[in-house]
Amino acid sequence: MSNVITTAIARVREPWSDRQATVLLGAVACFVLVLIGAMIIFIVHAAWPSLSANGLGIFTGGHDVDKQLGSMLVTGQHPPKSAYHLNAWPYVYATILIAGVAVLGGLVIAVFASVFIVEFAPERVRRVLVPTVRLLAAVPSVVFGLIGILVLVPFIDHDLLSTKRQESVTHLVQLDGTGVMVSIIVLAIMVTPLMIALTVEALRAIPHGWKEGAAALGANRWEAIWGVSVRAARPAIISAAVLAASRALGEAVMLSMISGSRGWSPNPLDGLTYLFEPLRPLAAAIVENVDGLNAPAVKSSIYVFATILLFSSLLLSIGSYLARLPLRRQGVRV
Amino acid sequence: MTSPPRLRSHALSATDDPFASLTDPAASREPVRRSTSDDGAALPPPIKRVVLDRTPRPIDPATDVVAPIAKDQTLGPERLRIEHVSIGYGEARVVKDLSLSIHQGEVLALIGPSGCGKTTFLRSMNRLTEQTASAWREGQILLDGRDIYETELPRLRRKIAMVFQQPNPFPMSIFDNIAYAIRVQNRKTPGKAEVRERVVDSLRRAGLYDELGGDLDKPALRLSGGQQQRLCIARAIATNPEVLLMDEPCSALDPRSTAVIEDLIGELRESLAIVIVTHNLAQAHRVADNVAFMYLGDLVEHGPVDQVFEQPRAQRTRDYVAGVFG
Amino acid sequence: MSSAPVVPRPVTPVPTTPQERRPVQPAGDSVRNWRLRHRIAHGAAWAAGIFVIAVTASIMGFMAWKGLHYLNPSLIWQRPTPGLAQGDTGGIRDPLIGTLLATFIGTLFAAPLGIATAVWVGEYGKPAKLARAIESAIEMVAGMPNIVLAIFGLAIFQLPFFSFLSFKAQGGGVYGRSFIAAGLIMSLIAIPLIYTATREGLAQLPAKLREGSWALGKTKICTIRTVLLPQIRPNIATGIVLGMGRIVGDTAIVVVLLGAALQIDPVGDTPGLNVLRGGGSTLTTYVYAASPAGEGNAPQKAYAAAFLLLLIVVFLNALVGWIGRRTKNSEITQ
Repeated sequence: MSNVITTAIARVREPWSDRQATVLLGAVACFVLVLIGAMIIFIVHAAWPSLSANGLGIFTGGHDVDKQLGSMLVTGQHPPKSAYHLNAWPYVYATILIAGVAVLGGLVIAVFASVFIVEFAPERVRRVLVPTVRLLAAVPSVVFGLIGILVLVPFIDHDLLSTKRQESVTHLVQLDGTGVMVSIIVLAIMVTPLMIALTVEALRAIPHGWKEGAAALGANRWEAIWGVSVRAARPAIISAAVLAASRALGEAVMLSMISGSRGWSPNPLDGLTYLFEPLRPLAAAIVENVDGLNAPAVKSSIYVFATILLFSSLLLSIGSYLARLPLRRQGVRV
Repeated sequence: MTSPPRLRSHALSATDDPFASLTDPAASREPVRRSTSDDGAALPPPIKRVVLDRTPRPIDPATDVVAPIAKDQTLGPERLRIEHVSIGYGEARVVKDLSLSIHQGEVLALIGPSGCGKTTFLRSMNRLTEQTASAWREGQILLDGRDIYETELPRLRRKIAMVFQQPNPFPMSIFDNIAYAIRVQNRKTPGKAEVRERVVDSLRRAGLYDELGGDLDKPALRLSGGQQQRLCIARAIATNPEVLLMDEPCSALDPRSTAVIEDLIGELRESLAIVIVTHNLAQAHRVADNVAFMYLGDLVEHGPVDQVFEQPRAQRTRDYVAGVFG
Repeated sequence: MSSAPVVPRPVTPVPTTPQERRPVQPAGDSVRNWRLRHRIAHGAAWAAGIFVIAVTASIMGFMAWKGLHYLNPSLIWQRPTPGLAQGDTGGIRDPLIGTLLATFIGTLFAAPLGIATAVWVGEYGKPAKLARAIESAIEMVAGMPNIVLAIFGLAIFQLPFFSFLSFKAQGGGVYGRSFIAAGLIMSLIAIPLIYTATREGLAQLPAKLREGSWALGKTKICTIRTVLLPQIRPNIATGIVLGMGRIVGDTAIVVVLLGAALQIDPVGDTPGLNVLRGGGSTLTTYVYAASPAGEGNAPQKAYAAAFLLLLIVVFLNALVGWIGRRTKNSEITQ
């Protein structure tokens, strides 16, 4: 190790003084801060016309938001204030519904599957499964979207969705296999591997002494892994869930492929039909209206959606930090 | 990086070691993240220490083994009986045909140079050795007359508790640490009041309760190293085990904490049989009733503490106690 | 208690055959004796594990089957063309080049930024509050949805000042979409990964390495450049490869910041630069466009492109594993 140092030092004459380097590196490091600030300023600024015209009315429903966006396209370069009218509740609702159910459902599966992988799986299975799950976590979301739209959607359309059910709501909305169910399933398939990969890593990093200590107290294998390892890994599990949630919130293209892309608020009171109703989350609404950016009213509305996503992801970051704080007090490495 | 060979005699205690206070109490508070590659493979192979040629004369291991001396009849009933036990990993044989018995009220110290198999032997008594895949065992270990391999692991370990070399409190509050043990060890989860009572009781017995001043919600990892180790003892005795195994419980602690724990051992012995592995001969002398000296897997000598230290019968015991090798 | 006979015990010979040895079995913690609650949870863990295995295997198997079926060399060499029938739509040459180009640009910007930030936070980090703020900001960027970053990029690059990155339309508006714009924003999704990997690498280095170099009278920056960074090269490489994976898999930024053309669409006359200033597509947007959700309905080619995408991700994943294994081996030999 020492000759690494000496040869390296003999070779190079340092062109920078330490002071210059500190300032320069510090300036580069501050770039991320500037970036976050710039993001907030630019996005809120671009959203401002719509925000000021609507206020919290954005979070209300009652109108067909797709039509509102459509009519904004033709309001010209200097639209009147009334042209900004936007009731985006269906998009917000869709985002919360899809991301929430997918992440919570995925989290439960991820925690149990991670426990299985770390504690119960035969060595051979584990050796194949861990890299595969890690691979799945890195698969581009559009691939899942493709499987969704080419396999699941036709399957639901042909085999699960009866003509009678389609006809029962045909005067309101068209059911074609896309919608709540397929969105949640595919999104969960997308975010669960990520949570499994991070949770498995955290469980494996639990010091051996804790597991041994639990075993020596007479804990059975379940009590040892659940009461000590999973408990100690909670900060990492929270981080994993937050990361998954922010991925799910911001998933745009994949959801635009399979969500049905319709500003519709599925109603749980519709019974099973609920699962087949289309919807459109915020991120998908952004992607699909990006062509309308030339119209100032559409542009402002899109940036409103981006503002909502921006602040929810910031809130998630802060929330995860706060959630881990008491655990950090316990001495758990966060 | 090679460190100079340690020439210090083992007769000097580890706690006299000027570096003992440096043995990283910070690390024990904040457990090091270890990348456990595979489960269970954490037990390192026993280190074979090179015996310097200071060893005075060749010893035939077959004959330099002496029979145990009859036990003090005032001790309680026999708890553990070890009959012709050999333990090894793969081809290596770490403990060789060892027999002894442990009674209630007895403190048995296992001494011997590093790598002589004492820790392996201790861990085999509550079957922790079997976490290593290549481990094997011969002979019988009987707890109250029953082979420990016939008992379900959780039940066995509730009867034979263990305290480790590195204090390993869980990353929870002090209360939760002990409550975990209580909840795990009862088939029916006891009520809150009962749990609290038993937590306080075991903290009292471990001599920790008054020090804490009633703040049981403090994170266990915030305690000092000695307090952490006593918490681990409190946790181990929370549900009245029959045998308490201690694996060099003071080697990571400073002298003052060591003294407190040694006193504690003296108090606990009435209700328990205690087996303690130690490198520290002075400590063995202070706390133990009986001493078993192991060397390279052999049980060389087993007898009352005064006899072993003052009139060792086997040559190797004599050399070790005098600090000639190890 | 009876005392043992006072005779020297003979040492028994070491058993030679495995049959003689009593294998120490990890039995004795039988699930049957667990509490019902634990048994149910244990069953749930197995169920979750098997479920994950089934889903993983079927996705991988399905994609491999479809991909091997439809992917062929001529598809890779042909340029995409607009066409109504699947046979007329050409190949995926441009999207493939687009993916490589975007990854290259993104990595080019992300690597120095991520490494410099990590070095400053890890080695200098004063004032401490600023360092903590930067760390949180990185975490926020990591959790920021890609679509928000994309739409932020559009707001920036449509400023008149940045017209040199794309082109000015006749009305005076700046188009704001080009490979360089997309690459710059894509670097943002890679920065957190490179930052984290570098930071962890620096934290793992033993203090003696730094002290040894300082003791020779070298400045901090010289130590970093000549001693520390070379030591953590594998960590940095892992971070970069992970970042590349994120960039390759991104769809939202490409859809928003690269325009809608499938072919590479140069702007201006300067060779090289014209491609950077122009738009195009990547494999992810090709998959999207060729799926039923996009305009071209060419599912077979979408499968082929998705499979190619998957192969790239598998390759990058294998690269990460290879770097990790190599480092581990070299540590052992040291």
